Amino acid sequence: MKAYISVFKLRLINGLQYRAAAFAGVATQFFWGIMHIMIYEAFYTNAAIIPPMSLKQVISYVWLQQAFLVFIALWIRDNEIINLITSGNIAYEFCRPCSLYGFWFAKLTAQRLSGALLRCFPILIVAFLLPEPYKIVLPDSVTTFLLFIASLFLGLMVLVSISMLMYISMFITMMPVGSMVMATAIGDFFSGMIIPIPLMPAWLQKIAYFLPFRLAADMPFRVYTGHIPPAHALEGIITQLVWLGVLVLIGHIAMNKVQKRIVVQGG
Amino acid sequence: MPQIKVSGLYKTFKVARRTSGLRQAAKSLFYRKYDTVEALKDVSFTVDTGEIVGYIGPNGAGKSTTIKIMSGILVPDSGRCTIMGRVPWKERIPHVRNIGVVFGQRTQLWWDVPVIDSYELLRDIYKIPRKDYLNNLDLLICTLELKDIINTPVRQLSLGQRMRCELGASLLHNPKILFLDEPTIGLDAGSKIAVRQFIKTINREKNVTVILTTHDMSDIEALANRILLIGRGQILYDGNLDDLKGRFSTRKTIVINYRGYSFPIDDKTISIPGISVVSCSQQKLTLRVDGNGSMLADVISRLSDIIDIVDVSIESQPIDEIILKLYKEYAV
Repeated sequence: MKAYISVFKLRLINGLQYRAAAFAGVATQFFWGIMHIMIYEAFYTNAAIIPPMSLKQVISYVWLQQAFLVFIALWIRDNEIINLITSGNIAYEFCRPCSLYGFWFAKLTAQRLSGALLRCFPILIVAFLLPEPYKIVLPDSVTTFLLFIASLFLGLMVLVSISMLMYISMFITMMPVGSMVMATAIGDFFSGMIIPIPLMPAWLQKIAYFLPFRLAADMPFRVYTGHIPPAHALEGIITQLVWLGVLVLIGHIAMNKVQKRIVVQGG
Repeated sequence: MPQIKVSGLYKTFKVARRTSGLRQAAKSLFYRKYDTVEALKDVSFTVDTGEIVGYIGPNGAGKSTTIKIMSGILVPDSGRCTIMGRVPWKERIPHVRNIGVVFGQRTQLWWDVPVIDSYELLRDIYKIPRKDYLNNLDLLICTLELKDIINTPVRQLSLGQRMRCELGASLLHNPKILFLDEPTIGLDAGSKIAVRQFIKTINREKNVTVILTTHDMSDIEALANRILLIGRGQILYDGNLDDLKGRFSTRKTIVINYRGYSFPIDDKTISIPGISVVSCSQQKLTLRVDGNGSMLADVISRLSDIIDIVDVSIESQPIDEIILKLYKEYAV
C-alpha cells in the first residue's frame, strides 16, 4: 500500500510543477464559465415552463464544473502512461513487485488531484466574489458540504476506474486516440459536463442515470447545490461505491488478461 | 543447482506487413497480412550464481527477447525457464524482487523530479528496510559518483550521468541477479569505463549474477568470462571468450619500423610459409602472420640480418572482427 501512496505523492509533486498550464487553464475555464452562465441566463429569462433546476443552482453547478474540470473530464489524458505504452518504457513497470493496476490508479488519481488543486481555488474564489446573480452560493448546510466532498472524491475514483479501462485497451490498439475519443464523447455528455442532466429530455435522462458517468460530475455538483437532497445523496454515494467496485474488478481482470499477451518490441 | 535455467525457449511475434503507398494503406484497413518472426528457437542455457555472462548477437537476434522473458515481462510460446526456482512470468511479483534490470534504451527514472525522488519511490515499491536503503545508497553514491547529480532533475542529466543513475536505481533493492540490456549504449569512453568498473565491483562484492547484452565487444572483453552468442533466435556459441579468440583469431599483424632500407622486402626475402608482406615502405614494413605465433621469432631474426629494426609491434585481430567472422560462419 505504501508504494501506491508514494507514487501518488510523487505524481502529485510532479503535477504541482506545471503552474503555467494551470494559469492558462484558470483563464480558459473562467471564460467558459461566464459564457455558459450567460447562455443559461438568456434561456431562463425566456423559459415558457419552469425549468427543473433554478438559475441559482445552475450557476453554482457551472462554477463547480469549471473549477473541478480536471477532476471530472474524461477527455483529460495522462500522456505519461500513453508514452509508457507506446515507447516501451512500460517494460520497467513490469519489473516492479506491484500490481500495475494499483500503480496506475494511484498515478491517474494524483494527476487529476494535482491539476484540480492548482485550478479550483482561484476559480472558486473569483466565483464567490462575483456580483449577483453570477456568483456561486454556499451550500445549505455543513452536511450538504460534507456529502458533496465525499461524492466528489468517490466520483473521481469512479472516473479514474473508467479511464483505466481506456488505458488498458491501449495495450491492444496501441493508439490512445481511438478508444478515448469514443469513450470521452459519450462519457462527457452523459456525465452532465455539457448540460446538467435534469435539463435533458426525459428519455436521455433515463440513459444518463443508467450509466456511471454522471456519478463523477452531475451527482456531486447537484448535491452541492441542494438539487439532490442529503437523503438521496447517501443513496448516490452507495451507487458510486457499487460502480467503483464493479469497474475496479473489471479493470483488474482485463489488466491481467492483456498482461499475458503484451509485446515489448525493440532493443 | 544453477541459478538460472533456460531450456527449449520459443517465442514468435506477429508483424503486420504492407508495402508502401496509399492504395496498400487503404487495403490494409480491411485486410492485414501478418508475418511471423521467430525471435527465439529452442534457446537453452544455464547460469550459475556469481557469473558474468556476456550475451551477444547481431541486432534482432533475440537478445532482448530473452532478457524480457527472464525478467517476467514476456511470456514465451513454449519452453521452460526457472530463475532461483521460480518461473518468471508465473510468479512475477516474488520473482522481480530478486532481479534488477536496466534497459539501456529506456528510462525508469522520473523525468521531471530529482533522481533521489525516484530512488525513494523505488524504496517504497520494493519495501526496502530503511537501514538497507541507506547503506545501499551510500555504496552507490560512492561507487557510481552520484553525489553531485543525485539532486538534479533527470531531464538535466547527460546520458552518461543518467545511465549511472539507472544502474543505481536497479540495485537499490539488493537484487541477486542483474540484467543489463545494452548498458553502455551511447556512452563516451570515460562513462563506459565507470560503468564497467561498477559492474565488476558489484559482482565481486555482492556476488551478483550479471547477464549483459551489448554490441560493444570491449564491454565483453572487460567484463565477461563467458559469452553466449545468439543469432536468428538460436544459441550459436556458449563458452569462454579466450577459447573463442583461439578458435578464430589465428591471424596477427606485425608492424616493423626499421632503418637501413636497401631494396623492397617481399615474401621471397622472408620465405617463411604463412608470412606475407602486406606493405613495405622505406621505414615501415607490415606483415601478416597466418597460423599460430611460433614462427614470430624466426621472422624477427631473419629480418634483423638484413635490416636495422627500430620498433616491432604485434597486433592481434580485433575482437569485433572475430565476432563478425563468427556471425558469417553461422550465416546470421
